[in-house]
Amino acid sequence: MSAGTILQFVLDILSLGSLYALMALGLVIVYGILKLVNFAYGELIMVAGYTLYLLNASPFPWLVMALAAILMAIAIGLMTEFVAFKPVRSKSVTAVLITSFAFSTLLQNAALLFISPRARNVPLPDIFTQSVEILDVVIPIRNLITIACALLMLGAFSFVMKRTVLGLALRAAASQFTMARMVGIPANMIISLAFAISGLFAGVVAILWLGRIGSVVPGIGLEPLLVAFIATVIGGMRSLLGAVVGGYLLALIDVSFNYGLSQQLLHFRDAFTFTIVILILLFRPSGLIKGRETGLRT
Amino acid sequence: MLEKQNLRSLCLLILPVIVLVVLVEIMDIRLYSRIATTLLINLILVLGLQIFMGNSGILSFAHIGFMGVGAYTTAVLTMPAQMKSMALPDLYAVLKVVEINPILGIIAGGVLATVLAAVISYPLMRLSDAAAVITSFAVLVIMHTVMVHWSAVTNGPRTLFGIVNATDLKTSAIAAAIAIAMAIWFKESRIGVLLRATRDDEVAASAIGANISHLRWKAFMLSALYAGIGGGLWAHFITSFSPNAFYLRETFVILGMLVIGGAATVSGAVFGTFAVTIAFEGLRTFENAINAANIITRPVVGLTEIVLACAMIGVLILKPGGIIDTREIGELPIWDRLFAKKPG
Repeated sequence: MSAGTILQFVLDILSLGSLYALMALGLVIVYGILKLVNFAYGELIMVAGYTLYLLNASPFPWLVMALAAILMAIAIGLMTEFVAFKPVRSKSVTAVLITSFAFSTLLQNAALLFISPRARNVPLPDIFTQSVEILDVVIPIRNLITIACALLMLGAFSFVMKRTVLGLALRAAASQFTMARMVGIPANMIISLAFAISGLFAGVVAILWLGRIGSVVPGIGLEPLLVAFIATVIGGMRSLLGAVVGGYLLALIDVSFNYGLSQQLLHFRDAFTFTIVILILLFRPSGLIKGRETGLRT
Repeated sequence: MLEKQNLRSLCLLILPVIVLVVLVEIMDIRLYSRIATTLLINLILVLGLQIFMGNSGILSFAHIGFMGVGAYTTAVLTMPAQMKSMALPDLYAVLKVVEINPILGIIAGGVLATVLAAVISYPLMRLSDAAAVITSFAVLVIMHTVMVHWSAVTNGPRTLFGIVNATDLKTSAIAAAIAIAMAIWFKESRIGVLLRATRDDEVAASAIGANISHLRWKAFMLSALYAGIGGGLWAHFITSFSPNAFYLRETFVILGMLVIGGAATVSGAVFGTFAVTIAFEGLRTFENAINAANIITRPVVGLTEIVLACAMIGVLILKPGGIIDTREIGELPIWDRLFAKKPG
């Protein structure tokens, strides 16, 4: 293997892994605090995509449109909490899972009804389609952007979590929710905040993901949701670091499958990766990286 | 052992099925007959989900996958040989000559779904809460992926056509009546009672000796049998379908019926199926009317799902257990009062 192929392989893993890690982190930040899976997470990506599509005709520069799309994802993230989680979260786990599933279907069908079942192109700056040549291999610039973006987001996120009062409150709520409330951390605000951060991640992921595929359909959220599921399960649902590790590991598995499996077997890739998920859950139910044992769900 | 109130529930729940069949037969309109058949098949699927979800308290997404297993099994086993050479040219030689009676095919589909469920779910039943839900979701995705890509048997993502038309209103009504009876019987059986104990308090139930994962496993198998048979009946009713019929949309509809009606009771499952079907058909007529009237330039799609989603969220907020959440219809105090008034 030449140095170029190896470089390409590594960059493929890093760019895909960055994307996956961001997706997983957005899901796990909510799970960490509420111990509940948000099935409507993928739809945040859809919402950001359609916002971008609807702003296509506007005179604003692209960065403003992207920012608006991310803000929209945050807004819908908060709405998810308000509609699907808050009213039922103290009642039963199953009820919340079903309401978030119902909310996800609601958003998808709203897109079907009000926009279109067909794919819609989103505006993207030229830089997303250009590529550079390093060591005789062609590297799309969007892959480099993805990696840079992920490093920036992960760095900022870990700074917030470790060094600010906000992060301290979030971590406290994730580890001992009841105790955190007793020492005066406003519970509802922290939960809303977690959903807002989740929306922020979904928004950024949406921009990068759309940069790869170029168009948005109502069902666009399913794949990122599955990816986030797998990555968090592999890495460990209790730990934020686990989500990131899981994301990169999943990318490693996926890219290796792409390079190694025959065309015939490649169709079954999802089945293989999900089998791995089931096996991991069986032998290490809390994932590869164990977070600290947490208190009861509220 | 079924007690008096269980038999009462049984009679009262089979009654709407009989009324439905008689009404539709009298009216003799093809569209109504099709709606009623779909309703009864959905009823079997909802009852199947109720058996697992209602008694164990664990949400399962895998159910509809087993419906697909049942549908494809009976489709392949019952299709006439010359039809197979057109619809499934790449089918394995052994299966090419098989051509069995649809009833046997449906039963075979149910059995295969049960066996598959037994193998897949045995290790998974140890998991609870979010891990259980994610794995069941994973199982659905795996089954869907296999259905979409196993072209030799399923014709890939394309529509599989040419399945024998064998399900009519009466067959599905009989199947639905048996399904109701078995669901009540299971709920009141030793396994059912123990399983409900584990649902309400895992620790206490295992302290009195309930083997939780084993109990869940048995319920899951019975649930898959329902799904397989429901899928088989549906296949012989609709006669052509693609793997997308057994994915998230169908899951959502079946789950919606169960959750709105009440997952913990058989009465809830029956009520939910009837209520949601009536609402759905009403909305669909409305949608078609809008589309026919050309008020809006684009066709209206997805309205029914939006309403169902809102109804689900609404019911769960107001009554998390569904409309009929704890007592079966035959256990209501009104019956005791009614019967107590009788002299002697």
